[in-house]
Amino acid sequence: MEAVKIQDVSVNDLPWKIQYQPERCTMCGSCVAACTFNAIEVAMERRSITVSTGHQPEPSQRHMATPVIKQKAAVANACVGCGMCEKVCPNNAIKPMRNPDSRINCLNRSGGTTVKRGGRASLNSADRTLDKIVVGRISQMTDPALDSERHTFDILAPFGRVLLPHELPLKSNGEELTLSGHTPPVRWIYPVIFSDMSIGALSTRAWEAVALATAYLNEKHKLPVRMCSGEGGMPVKLMQSEYLKYMILQIASGHFGWNRIIKAMPHMKVDPAGILIKIGQGAKPGDGGLLPAAKVSKTVQSIRGVPKADLLSPPNHQGLYSIEESVQKMFMSMNAAFKFRVPVAIKCAASATSVSVYNNLLRDPYKICGGFFIDGIQGGTGAANEVSLDHTGHPVVSKIRECYLAAVKQGRQGQIPLWAGGGVGLTGNAAADAFKLICLGANGVFIGKILVQLCGCVGNEHGRCNACNTGNCPAGICTQNPRLVKRLDIDKAAQNIVDYMLALDSEFKKLMAPVGNSSLPVGRSDALVTTDKAIADKLAIQYVC
Amino acid sequence: MCRIGAIKSKVAFHPSLALHLMLPQQEGHDNSGFAMVMQDLEGVFAKYKDKPLLSLACTQKGAAMVEHFMETNNFTPLYEWIPRGVRQPGLDIKAMPYYIFRVYDYPEHYRTATQEAKEELLLDTRLALRELLEKEENGFVYSFWPDVLTLKEIGDPRDIAVYFKLWDNTGDLMAKNVVVQCRQNTNYEIVRYAAHPFFLQGYTLCANGENTFYTKNKEYQKSLHRGYIGFESDSQNFLYTLHYVLKVLKWPIKYYKHVITPLPFDEIAKRPDKRELTAIRQSLGHLEINGPNTIIAMLPDGRMMTCCDSKKLRPVVVGGDGTTIAISSEVCGLNQILPHRNQELDVYPNEREVVVITRELEVERWKQ
Ligand code: SF4
Ligand code: SF4
Repeated sequence: MEAVKIQDVSVNDLPWKIQYQPERCTMCGSCVAACTFNAIEVAMERRSITVSTGHQPEPSQRHMATPVIKQKAAVANACVGCGMCEKVCPNNAIKPMRNPDSRINCLNRSGGTTVKRGGRASLNSADRTLDKIVVGRISQMTDPALDSERHTFDILAPFGRVLLPHELPLKSNGEELTLSGHTPPVRWIYPVIFSDMSIGALSTRAWEAVALATAYLNEKHKLPVRMCSGEGGMPVKLMQSEYLKYMILQIASGHFGWNRIIKAMPHMKVDPAGILIKIGQGAKPGDGGLLPAAKVSKTVQSIRGVPKADLLSPPNHQGLYSIEESVQKMFMSMNAAFKFRVPVAIKCAASATSVSVYNNLLRDPYKICGGFFIDGIQGGTGAANEVSLDHTGHPVVSKIRECYLAAVKQGRQGQIPLWAGGGVGLTGNAAADAFKLICLGANGVFIGKILVQLCGCVGNEHGRCNACNTGNCPAGICTQNPRLVKRLDIDKAAQNIVDYMLALDSEFKKLMAPVGNSSLPVGRSDALVTTDKAIADKLAIQYVC
Repeated sequence: MCRIGAIKSKVAFHPSLALHLMLPQQEGHDNSGFAMVMQDLEGVFAKYKDKPLLSLACTQKGAAMVEHFMETNNFTPLYEWIPRGVRQPGLDIKAMPYYIFRVYDYPEHYRTATQEAKEELLLDTRLALRELLEKEENGFVYSFWPDVLTLKEIGDPRDIAVYFKLWDNTGDLMAKNVVVQCRQNTNYEIVRYAAHPFFLQGYTLCANGENTFYTKNKEYQKSLHRGYIGFESDSQNFLYTLHYVLKVLKWPIKYYKHVITPLPFDEIAKRPDKRELTAIRQSLGHLEINGPNTIIAMLPDGRMMTCCDSKKLRPVVVGGDGTTIAISSEVCGLNQILPHRNQELDVYPNEREVVVITRELEVERWKQ
């Protein structure tokens, strides 16, 4: 008998175990073909069976080599629990099961390098502040509630720098006011932005699905939803089309894709909806961006003008060392590039210092920062160090509130619109999350992960899949592998997003109606209550029990 | 729901007219209070039209504190009218010991000051008095302004009238303009300051209804002007925004409606003045008022206005007979005081409409 090598990896050390029922299996091989992680293989097993063939029982033992489906006992091929095998199996013979005895955290780091993963943080997501807050001021007798089916609602949020009333260049002749002079551009858009997910992080098809949904929502449903390109630019054709007006162009710390954007500028028919300068991202603050070489396809190479290599965006914009400097250099140049016609906003990871940044922006003498996007820990990412994904970051809710209240103190609320993201829609209901964040002071929210889920992503916060960094996305969403990308049905994905947004819009109305508001309840913290004393104290909302 | 009203007349009238306007509308209020602001005074105050008149309710100690404060700050008392309450048993009224209506002369060094400087002084003085009296609840100071008298009391309006002898038209207390409200504020504790109408630097306003953007308005207004304090009622926001738009920003009156109930964006987009309206809407978003409401306001120059929420969830009617015009929550009030007017000419303002009564008693209406 072979000596037991106790340090060998066994299936029981991996996070997911395949449950296989050979008696159901017809060896069609579908599961093996479907598994993008190469976690299962066809193997031969020696089986002994008892058979009796005569008229009377005459059992006899027979030994034979039988083909079976077997899970590989290798960390590199660990099953991620995506369930594709289960989906394709015609006989219900196979499925992944979570393995509570997994030793993966010890095994993973065997090469001496950090573990990379995509998807979402597996910690910090169970206990959500937003779920402990409810809309508690329901007007029925005092303030008659509106009827969400019959009344009209004005569901729009600003993107752009808003001036204080006395700063507006208004002239009065006693009867009329006339606006003379320039005011910073402000776009009134739907309070839900499709968050920045680049081509590269997403497959071209997934990106196209989101873009398609954006255009459809605008053109067909008159819902002015905007989509952010993500770092890395976008197709020249799109930049030269009318649809550019629905797009927010992103510049991030890697500055990928900006060459092409700048070259396309003279040919742009319309202005983009805005510029978003991404300083940091909430799911992995301090890590910067990472597009693993595995995902740098030909298309990505040509859009970004890069070779097939890991593409790293630094954790900050190198060369800028203070908020003031950022304001002056970055905002100025971005504003000037589009001749001060396009609002320029900034996106930072939520952090203990978010309020300081916001205060600084509010005091910016040039009045050009067109929005402060705060991204919280509960968001997702295409690729990150696991240690960052799970162990760094800051929840967004209290940060939004603090920033809003800091503005209230200075009488400057609303001047730099606040946008919140990072886990909005985590439990599936983005409208409720958005509504609560808006009551706490946000002007709008940005969503990303839930869009990916609408495209068919099977990952979750409990460690399922989250293999977005590998290039093996089983749903074809965040891979550039042409064979896998084809798994994604663009039209279906776009349709799901459109449907979800239409439902969200109705849900918004359902929430606005009982509190008696026909426009967005920005800062209406009086409408919210919580059964958690600590949350009540921290957010300055009513404690109820 | 409160009941509110206003009367504007070419001839001075007695406050009993205001009571007659309000009392028939009793279904809509709960007899918990009565308050009014009178402007363009005749009777005993006729001679002092350009001198500031202090209206306050206080304790004995409060009266002394006020006297001392005013003296130290070089205001000279010119005339005072102190109603002696009829303290008969059974009256439903929570009276303060003293009601003082006292006319002062400006401090010596202010007599040549600009109008603006005087207005700031009057505000600062009222705020200082309020702070002084507030600490130990020694009194409430409602207004300090030339030609304006404010009376507020908690209790049954009928009994309040008995107490202040408001049923007997002695000719002492007469005015050409009055804004009046029955009932106290229900949303918050019943405090004297919470009773409408509210007053600030010549602007008087009372509202019937709710403001669901109260918190949002308040958070913004607090930093806009030192006079925006108190916030005992969600309706105070209406006054402060009126004051802010007309007096601080010095915008034409029609923009008040564009601030409190801005047009929806798609309607703004269709208008020739869309740039201005968009700029206003985005800049003053925190002064928007939501919820069912009607307001009646009186401006420093004596004009009156009324408008309602964008969905017109609260009623209001304007009617007159050529000499007197009244604005009222319900038409029964008008029928009581102006029975012979031509009812067909009554105006029921629509949503998105503003009605202004000019000094010449012309009724101007315009669509927002
Ligand atoms: S669950 Fe996914 S990763 Fe695991 S074996 Fe099945 S297809 Fe492969
Ligand atoms: S299905 Fe694709 S996008 Fe979703 S977690 Fe897995 S790899 Fe990532």
